[in-house]
Amino acid sequence: MSGPEQPTSTPKLRASGKKDSWFFAFICWLATWSSVVVLIVLLGAVTYQAVGWLDWQFLTSFDSRRPEKAGILSGILGTLWLIGLTSLFSVPIGIGAAIYLEEYAPDTFLTRIIRTNLANLAGVPSIVYGILGLTAFVRMFGLFGQEGYLSRALGVSIEGFFWSDHYNGYLIPLPFGRVVMAGAMTLTLLILPVIIIASQEALRAVPPSIRHASLALGATRWQTIWFQVLPASIPGIMTGVILSISRAIGETAPLVMLGAMTFVYFAPGDVDSLGYLAEHPEGLVKAPFDTFTAIPIQIFNWVRQAKAEFKNVAAAGIVVLLFILLLLNAVAVYLRYRSSRHLHW
Amino acid sequence: MADISASIQNRDAAGDSSGEAGPVEQTTMIEARNLDFYYGENQALFDISMVVPQRAVTALIGPSGCGKSTFLRTLNRMNDIVEGTRHTGEVLLENEDIYDSNVDVVELRKRVGMVFQKSTPFPKSIFDNVAYGPRIHGMRDRAQLAEIVEKSLIRSALWKEVKDRLKDSAMALSGGQQQRLCIARALATDPEVLLMDEPASALDPASTSRIEDLIFELKENYTIVIVTHNMQQAARVSDFTAFFYEGRLIERGDTEKLFTNPDEKQTQDYITGRFG
Repeated sequence: MSGPEQPTSTPKLRASGKKDSWFFAFICWLATWSSVVVLIVLLGAVTYQAVGWLDWQFLTSFDSRRPEKAGILSGILGTLWLIGLTSLFSVPIGIGAAIYLEEYAPDTFLTRIIRTNLANLAGVPSIVYGILGLTAFVRMFGLFGQEGYLSRALGVSIEGFFWSDHYNGYLIPLPFGRVVMAGAMTLTLLILPVIIIASQEALRAVPPSIRHASLALGATRWQTIWFQVLPASIPGIMTGVILSISRAIGETAPLVMLGAMTFVYFAPGDVDSLGYLAEHPEGLVKAPFDTFTAIPIQIFNWVRQAKAEFKNVAAAGIVVLLFILLLLNAVAVYLRYRSSRHLHW
Repeated sequence: MADISASIQNRDAAGDSSGEAGPVEQTTMIEARNLDFYYGENQALFDISMVVPQRAVTALIGPSGCGKSTFLRTLNRMNDIVEGTRHTGEVLLENEDIYDSNVDVVELRKRVGMVFQKSTPFPKSIFDNVAYGPRIHGMRDRAQLAEIVEKSLIRSALWKEVKDRLKDSAMALSGGQQQRLCIARALATDPEVLLMDEPASALDPASTSRIEDLIFELKENYTIVIVTHNMQQAARVSDFTAFFYEGRLIERGDTEKLFTNPDEKQTQDYITGRFG
């Protein structure tokens, strides 16, 4: 301090202070409502275009070259398989990795590199993941198949598992090819960093005193995590999962890169209903290794068509995509609410 | 000084030591032998040798950073969870070294319970809080759990206040009630030793006095080690007091003697408020 600094004039309660805060509140109000208005206009325009096209026929038919016969069933089924498998892989791996990094990992150079680079991975453009998925999962680095490196080096060509006439060929082909599984694994890589970072933050938000109290009662580290830390952080983890899965549903670029088909008139593994699955349970394994399309890919394809009516078909597809997104979000928010209700904060 | 003496007088009047000069040294429950303790490169404890008698209250006093909390945490190995800590010397619990490689930390912490400065109820119901310890140690029987919860809450003098709302959130209890809940939770695993790290420092005077009464009752069945900044409290509740300063045990003896006629000048200076 440079000498006693007496305030030369005592600050008065300036009248303009009130105006400032009013102005700032107005800016915030504008920011909120402008985005809401844009959203409403967008939804309104899309719905308007979709009217008359979004009907039962659209939901239950496969794609067609004639707009009035085109449907989105293969896209819906493809997206459901993709999202189901992606969640199956990414949620346990993501939460597991977050638990390891937060609760177990020693603070070494290596773990510090992993921690800092998770944020970088979350920022990598999705098309790059598409290229990675194409090499690693679709082509499997060219190791398998008749022309593969293994075949040339060993003279044995590996083309898949479980060959059977009944299934019309290999149940699990190697390399995977342009199948649902390759897409799901790619989307898993895409959203894992986000899930891990969100879960880490949720775990970090649990006060250390809870961990200490549990350990002091003779709980093991695992019991402490399972009974205290995880239940307390599940709402936060769920938020991260909801956001990333929603992102995965809308992703188009990596799937285009992988070569998801644009014109598909079959269901993955021919599983077009639960009834079919009950009669042919092998469909559960077959579908993930079948070629596929997804809703965003179909929309992308329809928009490119020359016939003007396909613009309306695309609009109907967008409405379906938004509906599925909202539905999954609603389910996740409900699950989140239920898990936080058991916590008595 | 006057009020500390008064505290001791009050305690005697309460009928603790019946005419004797001081509490009789009982069986040793815990014994530290030449204990050194390090946080990384910093040595926090220097050559501590001290006994903690069974079924009595031992108070650890001293200025902030003197190592009394660190010493308390070595007794149930809570320091293990801090990275980069190490020790030399021994801590014996009924003549068994708790740092021996074949000692199960889970068993140790079952026998040596702990209550923290800040009450730390789990975000669960009152019942689930108390039942947590027995449950993680494998108890599933509902009737038995209910019995343990009731017994523990009675012992921690909380039963009357919560018996009709065991299913309510523990977070809704007052600060003093939460701390007694934490004591009940620690008692539920049926420990022999109870470590208390400034259990009343965040509480109002009425709650503090309830906790102190409780400590007084609990020493009938448990060995209690309590860290406190409040010398009146140490004088009121403890049978033995140990004075720590800069990581060293300066003096340990009967509470009455230590507060009225300490052997060491440093102790004298501290309890008369000349430093710390």
